[in-house]
Amino acid sequence: MAKPVEQLSQVIVRFAGDSGDGMQLTGSQFTSETALLGNDISTFPDFPAEIRAPAGSLPGVSGFQVHFADFDILTPGDAPNVLVAMNPAALKTNIKDLPKGGTLIVNSDAFNDRNLQKAGYAASPLEDGSLDEFQLHSVPLTSLTVGALKGIDGVTPREAERSKNMFALGLMSWLYGRSIDPTIEFLESKFAKRPEIAEANVKALQAGYAFGETTETFAVTYEVKPAKLEPGTYRNITGNQALSLGLVAAAKLAKLPLFLGAYPITPASAILEELAGYKNFGVRTFQAEDEIAAAGAAVGAAFGGSLGVTTSAGPGVVLKAETIGLAIMLELPLVICDIQRAGPATGMPTKPEQGDLLMVLFGRNSESPVPVVAARSPSDCFDAAIEACRLALKYRTPVYLLSDAYLANGSEPWLLPDVGTLPDISTRLATKPNDGDQFLPYLRDEQTLARPWAVPGTPGLEHRIGGLEKADRTGNVSYDPDNHDLMTRLRAQKVAGIAGDIPELEVDDPSGDARILVLGWGGTYGPIAAACRRVRQNGRAVAHAHLRHLNPFPRNTGEVLRRYDKVLVPEMNLGQLLKLVRAEFLVDAVGYNRVRGLPLRAAEVARAIEALADQ
Amino acid sequence: MTLTAKDFRTDQEVRWCPGCGDYAILAAMQSFMPELGIERENTVFVSGIGCAARFPYYMNTYGMHSIHGRAPAIATGLATTRPDLSVWVVTGDGDALSIGGNHLIHALRRNVNVKILLFNNRIYGLTKGQYSPTSELGKVTKSTPMGSLDWPFNPLSLAIGAEATFVARAIDTDKAGMTAVLRAAAEHRGSAFVEIFQNCPIFNDDAFAFVRDDKDGANRIPLRDGEPITWGAGGEKALRQRSDGSIEVCDAAEDGVLVHDARHESAALAFALSRVTQDSLGGTPVGVFRDVERPVYDDLMAEQLATATAKRGEGDLAALLHSGETWDIG
Ligand SMILES: Cc1ncc(C[n+]2csc(CCOP(=O)(O)OP(=O)(O)O)c2C)c(N)n1
Ligand code: SF4
Ligand SMILES: [Mg+2]
Repeated sequence: MAKPVEQLSQVIVRFAGDSGDGMQLTGSQFTSETALLGNDISTFPDFPAEIRAPAGSLPGVSGFQVHFADFDILTPGDAPNVLVAMNPAALKTNIKDLPKGGTLIVNSDAFNDRNLQKAGYAASPLEDGSLDEFQLHSVPLTSLTVGALKGIDGVTPREAERSKNMFALGLMSWLYGRSIDPTIEFLESKFAKRPEIAEANVKALQAGYAFGETTETFAVTYEVKPAKLEPGTYRNITGNQALSLGLVAAAKLAKLPLFLGAYPITPASAILEELAGYKNFGVRTFQAEDEIAAAGAAVGAAFGGSLGVTTSAGPGVVLKAETIGLAIMLELPLVICDIQRAGPATGMPTKPEQGDLLMVLFGRNSESPVPVVAARSPSDCFDAAIEACRLALKYRTPVYLLSDAYLANGSEPWLLPDVGTLPDISTRLATKPNDGDQFLPYLRDEQTLARPWAVPGTPGLEHRIGGLEKADRTGNVSYDPDNHDLMTRLRAQKVAGIAGDIPELEVDDPSGDARILVLGWGGTYGPIAAACRRVRQNGRAVAHAHLRHLNPFPRNTGEVLRRYDKVLVPEMNLGQLLKLVRAEFLVDAVGYNRVRGLPLRAAEVARAIEALADQ
Repeated sequence: MTLTAKDFRTDQEVRWCPGCGDYAILAAMQSFMPELGIERENTVFVSGIGCAARFPYYMNTYGMHSIHGRAPAIATGLATTRPDLSVWVVTGDGDALSIGGNHLIHALRRNVNVKILLFNNRIYGLTKGQYSPTSELGKVTKSTPMGSLDWPFNPLSLAIGAEATFVARAIDTDKAGMTAVLRAAAEHRGSAFVEIFQNCPIFNDDAFAFVRDDKDGANRIPLRDGEPITWGAGGEKALRQRSDGSIEVCDAAEDGVLVHDARHESAALAFALSRVTQDSLGGTPVGVFRDVERPVYDDLMAEQLATATAKRGEGDLAALLHSGETWDIG
């Protein structure tokens, strides 16, 4: 008998379990099922850096949060409404985020003495009444799964047990009315070589779904209607995937071969791995011996006429600094992607932070300006990558592209662009002398101040470039004091001039009455925009502006900042953009700063906005 | 148009110290280049930092004077994306073996199609005379007033250990010998490593006097492929391999004189020869130690691209964006 269906506008589910429990797979499959229903979605995987931390331990807990709704949402949600905890450690580390009255589904089989002890529970929380304030559903997921899989040939008891995540997924799919068909298809193709494992997983999934229908612990099911999103074709995409596709697209749009130099590092490795699969697009990926070589090889490829890119995270980016200085002097295009993570040093490799802004702006010797572009959401990494490549090619300069661990691994539906509407970023290579019958490698374009890009193989344009100061126009080595002063200023002017070639800073202030402005950059876009919505729902006006370009700033930035009585700058660092805007625009802005290795929460940003407004 | 040495000179004033061995190497290179028959625009010299690394400014080809130690990495990016070019790296003993050691060994093991010329003067020239990774133990320099504590690298042993497919040695003043080695390096597909003994009269004069001034051939051991290895003023000395693989000096008339085989499958012979030094056995081999074929990194990469394209067709951007699970909202 079908159970009653209750309508919800939005739900936030968090799957939490041991690293070996397959929570990332469970979460991403739940996301795929949800995407096909037309909900808007935002996801946030949160996992440890260790591949297999000791089983059942607190540091070994891996989580995946999915926010889905019948309207357009901006973040994976501050706190879950529903928590699925596969063992005591997962319960212990996540329960503090579940609000009173929230739905809690636990795998009761995992609450044995050993696991309780590992998680630091003296008594089982399932029995001591400590979970009374939640809607607790204690389900013996492991034994139900093992029971359901009896009789499949070639599946060991251990393998049967490992399918319990699919049982949980089946149950959650039933609870929220998601079809499990896409997951069945996925499992059958993933385990095509081991049909018995495919069968076990599919059976577990179906058993979980059926359990929901028949058990009495769940009285209702829920429905979240499709969101009214812009019409078009969508796919769910992570930031690292979008960034990779953006680089491939940029190379196509520029009509240049793409070369990526990279050394594996979390959370940037996925870009190297993704691009290694696009060889039929003429993409060359080079896994270098270190980050210095990765950047160097990209510079070498750029000298030869490729779109040279290097990807890394903070600890690797810092190694590239000298090479980026070389690219500034050589005035060759280069894109450096920094997928920021919590630091310093190794820090917290899988956790996001915005701590590298000042490094990418200033972390080099001498006067060495580099344009900086930052992505604001997972799908926006696509456009941000194209923009970074456009600037690098047009201005013959290294350009930083900033993302972070949250954007990199988080996902959202992406309205696929019409390829025909993407910008033409093609650039001209020099083919002939530019000063009578002479070729002057540092004779600049009057408008962009870019120098000609003459690649080896072009007859008559043979020339030598290098890290020693260049004489204006000829590019010969020069120690002339006035020439150095001139060249230093020209390099700075070239980058500053980009302000004329990027959009003005837009302000979101629906009522037009705001006296307070929230200024953000990069990956905090979602939480800040969601916070502003809340503040407005509470009846107050607030304006939001979000920077894509951090160097140079949009030309109207100072004017925008000065329009408001108060400016709040929320960041996942201790106030880096804040320092810049105070120094650059003499605006008495105030920071809101958290460095927990987690995205900002919309609720806390909303409180910070209201508190500043009340002051 | 046939090119001459003059075509490879630039209008830049050469700024090495008078008497520096780098001049001889530059001259030899400029007169050798036309013989290669490669257009100037298709040749690129990439260097790091040091006296030696100024080389590209003086070659009328494409060139890049980059940063300390990184030339092999930069050249790897260039050679891998532009297999049509002839790419040369010029480096010093500090540049290649100290700060850039990592890039050197990895370029060699990958067998990237670059020719790496290491100008070894056993000193840091540009920074005015500190000891280098090839300076001998106990060397007194500005930074080692009581003598260096570092055991030196043998550049050829290092290169062979790093899986180099071509390893050779030349002497700055021996134009004919150097030209022969450069020719063999250029003909070799893959990475070639050439150590060139280079005199720095300012900070380490006569470091290689035993072979540079060796008019009667008492110290140079010429390596000629397929020929017995003999030397000495009258060709009276020879090398012989012991059963444990190491090498000893014997009389040229004795049995078992080693016949040089640069193309031997095993690197053991080349390695053993690289251990023959003036200090160890009273002679210094020059010429090509090892020259074997192995798949070249750039070719392998190009092949993978071609295979992927043959299998999946040339990449279509719209199809790529629309790959994976998509859904429509009307
Ligand atoms: C990152 C960096 N560290 C140090 C230096 C200083 N430096 C320039 S050349 C050099 C040593 C060069 O020695 P070698 O490679 O033997 O070249 P030579 O001058 O002897 O030809 C050093 C330490 C530098 N330019 N860059
Ligand atoms: S210091 Fe030595 S190596 Fe450098 S240019 Fe002078 S002589 Fe040559
Ligand atoms: Mg030296």
